[in-house]
Amino acid sequence: MLNMVQQLGRFGLGFLERLGRAFLFLLQTVAGLPNLLPRPGLVIAQVYSTGVLSLLIIVVSGLFVGMVLGLQGYNTLVKFNAEESLGVVVALSLVRELGPVISALLFAGRAGSALTAEIGLMKATEQLSGMEMMAVDPVKRIIAPRFIGGVISLPLLAAIFSMVGVFGGYFVGVTLLGVDSGAFWSQMQAKVSFHEDIVNGVIKSVVFAIVVTWIAVFEGYDAVPTSEGVSRATTRTVVYASLAVLALDFLLTALMFREG
Amino acid sequence: MQTSRWIEIVVGLFVLAGIGAFFVLAMKVSDLSQFGNSGGYTVTADFNDIGGLKVRAPVTVAGVRVGRVTSISFDSNTYEAVVHMTIEHKYDKFPTDTSARIFTAGLLGEQYISLQPGGAEHYLKNGDRIKLTQSALVLEQLIGQFLFNKAATPGKP
Repeated sequence: MLNMVQQLGRFGLGFLERLGRAFLFLLQTVAGLPNLLPRPGLVIAQVYSTGVLSLLIIVVSGLFVGMVLGLQGYNTLVKFNAEESLGVVVALSLVRELGPVISALLFAGRAGSALTAEIGLMKATEQLSGMEMMAVDPVKRIIAPRFIGGVISLPLLAAIFSMVGVFGGYFVGVTLLGVDSGAFWSQMQAKVSFHEDIVNGVIKSVVFAIVVTWIAVFEGYDAVPTSEGVSRATTRTVVYASLAVLALDFLLTALMFREG
Repeated sequence: MQTSRWIEIVVGLFVLAGIGAFFVLAMKVSDLSQFGNSGGYTVTADFNDIGGLKVRAPVTVAGVRVGRVTSISFDSNTYEAVVHMTIEHKYDKFPTDTSARIFTAGLLGEQYISLQPGGAEHYLKNGDRIKLTQSALVLEQLIGQFLFNKAATPGKP
């Protein structure tokens, strides 16, 4: 019995210790950001590998999510003779929720796992220690550009996701199912507010970007430097990042969208 | 060198695409294009009963949207609902005896405010109050009145 309590305590302490380390690591990373100003090439390369290379999966998923929303929304709305509101349904669900959340989940799987594996492998092959020997701070040289690259990429990807999704919904609703094109756009513009919906969606995606990239680089940096450790760290990145995104999404939604 | 240049170009295009997507969302999807930050002037109106009127509901004249409801509060002295609405600057020629009515779009649609311009010489300014108002029609009240009248009139069963 006492052993179980002890194990629970050890687990809790370990968790807190890891959380503290992750936070200190984030502070260190942020402190390393000004060093990147004279060397934008490092960040550009990271935006390329996390952002540009994720573009395909984001565009294709956005298109299909928008098309499915169009179909499902139409099937429901047509029962109430309200299929003109299809644009509102598609745009609001994409801009407020699905755009930021699904792109963050895809980003965690596509780019976050790659970041963790890359940094973990650098650690396992002692490239990071080598850098320290050469008096190069790996946090500034390796981690900071990857962190800021991810933070730049994800909000852009989320905006692209939402836009492509709206056009996917437009394609299904207007072109295939015959909703009036004018009603689709005008209802959307009447109901979607820039300040409340679009800006809050962007805030969400920025928060998700910071959290997902933070988890990814920390797990890589903190990985046990063996092949098994790197593979576990990669799994943890995807699991923790997805859970964090979903939980934070609930929190942010509760704070942002209160009908008043 | 060649590949690095190519990567930089692709990243530039990517950033442009992201910002472009944001602008499409702002201009084409949201209300920014038709009702931007231009602001407007605020007038208030007191209603006995606002029914289901919500903040951000449209304010229309002759069916054309000229503004929106910005806030709704309750005046505990007069027991009336005070509705603040912002009207766009370009629609600034409403006479002071304009009346405000609350209508419902369709049978189950949302409620909105319809302004009916009067004939006074002066125009409404920022902070003015619309004095002539007509409350929302509440379906339960109508049915209640109808039943009451029905019961009050003696006649054939």
